[in-house]
Amino acid sequence: MNALHANELLRVEGLSKTFTLHLHGGARLPVLHGVSFTVAAGECVVLAGPSGVGKSSILKMALGNYLVGEGRILVADGERVIDLARADAREILDARRRIIGYVSQFLRVIPRIGAIDIVAAAAQESGLDRAAARERAASLLARLGLPERLWSLPPATFSGGEQQRVNIARGFAGRHRLLILDEPTASLDAANRQAVIDLIAERKARGTGFLATFHDEDVRLRVADRVVDVSRFSDREAA
Amino acid sequence: MTAPLLSAQGLCKRFGAIAACRDVSFELNEGEALTIVGESGSGKTTLLNLIGGALAADAGEVVYRLRDGTARALSSLTEAERRALMRTDWGFVHQDAARGLRMGVSAGGNIGERLMALGDRHYGRIRENALEWLARVEIAATRVDDPPTTYSGGMRQRLQIARNLVTRPRLVFMDEPTGGLDVSVQARLLDLMRGLIADMGLAVVLVTHDLAVARLLSHRMLVMKGGEVVESGLTDRVLDDPQAPYTQLLVSSVLAA
Amino acid sequence: MTARPYNFAYLDEQTKRMIRRAILKAIAIPGYQVPFASREMPMPYGWGTGGVQLTASIIGPDDVLKVIDQGADDTTNAVSIRAFFAKTADVATTTDTTQATLIQTRHRVPETPLTADQILVYQVPIPEPLRFLEPRETETRTMHALAEYGVMHVKLYEDIARHGHIATTYAYPARVADRYIMDPSPIPKFDNPKLDDCPALQLFGAGREQRIYAIPPHTRVVSLDFEDHPFERTKFDAACEFCGAADSFLDEVVIDDKGGRMFVCSDTDYCQKRQEAQKKDAAE
Repeated sequence: MNALHANELLRVEGLSKTFTLHLHGGARLPVLHGVSFTVAAGECVVLAGPSGVGKSSILKMALGNYLVGEGRILVADGERVIDLARADAREILDARRRIIGYVSQFLRVIPRIGAIDIVAAAAQESGLDRAAARERAASLLARLGLPERLWSLPPATFSGGEQQRVNIARGFAGRHRLLILDEPTASLDAANRQAVIDLIAERKARGTGFLATFHDEDVRLRVADRVVDVSRFSDREAA
Repeated sequence: MTAPLLSAQGLCKRFGAIAACRDVSFELNEGEALTIVGESGSGKTTLLNLIGGALAADAGEVVYRLRDGTARALSSLTEAERRALMRTDWGFVHQDAARGLRMGVSAGGNIGERLMALGDRHYGRIRENALEWLARVEIAATRVDDPPTTYSGGMRQRLQIARNLVTRPRLVFMDEPTGGLDVSVQARLLDLMRGLIADMGLAVVLVTHDLAVARLLSHRMLVMKGGEVVESGLTDRVLDDPQAPYTQLLVSSVLAA
Repeated sequence: MTARPYNFAYLDEQTKRMIRRAILKAIAIPGYQVPFASREMPMPYGWGTGGVQLTASIIGPDDVLKVIDQGADDTTNAVSIRAFFAKTADVATTTDTTQATLIQTRHRVPETPLTADQILVYQVPIPEPLRFLEPRETETRTMHALAEYGVMHVKLYEDIARHGHIATTYAYPARVADRYIMDPSPIPKFDNPKLDDCPALQLFGAGREQRIYAIPPHTRVVSLDFEDHPFERTKFDAACEFCGAADSFLDEVVIDDKGGRMFVCSDTDYCQKRQEAQKKDAAE
């Protein structure tokens, strides 16, 4: 049954993932099985568990970046429901454009494009015109404390924290209903962490749902509405 | 969603005993960039030539949706129709820019040729167009009357791109467009291409063995080995979660700087 | 009585038939280059063998032949070719354009307007107007077949870019009957307008390249240009030194070592006639 409850943005059901390493004689590496949880509009669901348990893998499957082994990933698209586990490339690209936003752990650097243009491009993709997109980009970068003199520079030479702030701004620049955040505050100082917490709170108030991992317990406590302990789905041998 | 722009169905091509393409099928939508990745001898260039109509397939069909919406099998096009398509709706960027340019003709003449072929007879306007395009591909306006023999490799590639894009094609084929160029030149060219593809909503079929180029430019990817497609999917998915043994080998073999 | 050692007009009858068929085809498809099996002629390639083969195929015993080279009847080539036909066809020859029924020319069109009972035969070195930009014969044939002529304007564009104006002054490309683009042979562009709507039949022969093409009488011939750089007839700053003509194509003749020069009509017959008319007027 491909139905979601009224407020649900994302429902993961019976998700499993196993890697097959052909370069190591076809060794199979089971990671997760039976993962199930939901994310509703306006709530932030945090995935918790020890390093290497598969939290990132779940996020990547929700994005279509990793293939799903078994299970369903249902996403609300207005009246429709899409199963990302079965969607084709075109549908996933469309979902990423309109519904699901992503803040990755590392900024993949695009040569020669200035920080503000990277963020503005994301805003434009979601439908804003050039001027409005640029304004939005500027306001996000300002909130995240990125010095204005850096805005026109390509982020390749930025520090880790500066790059991450560009990443976050880009993720928040659009109008996605569901935002996936993979360790967004890892390289940030206290002030910038607070800015991110505030941004999340604002978007939650507007109905955006969040699926995230936070290595920082303090931040987790402040933003999470629910915590899902991924280790109960783990296939890894107990330590 | 609209019908695909280009659809390859069961393409097969043999050269004597060698099966260069075995039952290859895929679809390409408007505004989508597809990379065909594979090592030398994988069949990727043959596939590109089959799709572009330069080679006739032994079996299978390539269907293209024209501007007026009708879907036409490439094999059903007359020579005149195919050549007209190549001049207006399609572009082809060759690895060796000299193959895609008239080396003895000035940059302006190279860019203006398609316009003149379509009947433009106003010198001033043609020249203006050429200058606009030179600016878009970041070639100084002062070079407009110089022939590409006086250009560097990177500049020649950018001129080739301008020459192809002046008629606002909907589909551009690229064969190792950055091959043989210096790394810094490559970066600049890739960036330019990325911008143009996004701005103009181009559909692109890109052939390369360079995975970094594939990741930067394309949405989707086909991995070819021995004439067959061994894996296909979103570019980031294929590169980050490769399933086929060959793809895993390819991805793990790339050196990081 | 000596037996004539050559067939009439040198060529054997079968060859003439082959060439006439090519001519008919050329007339049927104005401006289209018809391939033909060019014969070995008693002069080397580059000396008018194409024109000579055309003339030899259509000349009859009652024809009156005029041969000019760069407009003059008295240059070496003109004299030789005229003598060739006088010997092999025993035809009457003339230097008077108005008296000729058949005119073979190298690189000029006579100033005196032609009539419907005349045929003008041009000697052509390179018949293919696209050759300079596209060296492949297979490709140029396809381009003509599909009327893909964009590249012709590229050439003119290059001229303007390089010189500020269309610098091509001879062998200026023209479109025949709104279809094929042809090279009118290295006539000065001054002569191009004469090709248009001409009452005489115009035949073009290239011996080395083995092509024949034609412009039937009263056919539309338009020289290529740009909207903002239209085709312009050459104008001379001078008039003919001998006859005073201001509307004919002039040769520039260097007369001394100090750079002295004078301009005279290239068309010797035209100039001569004007001089004679002026003498006659003066005498009256």
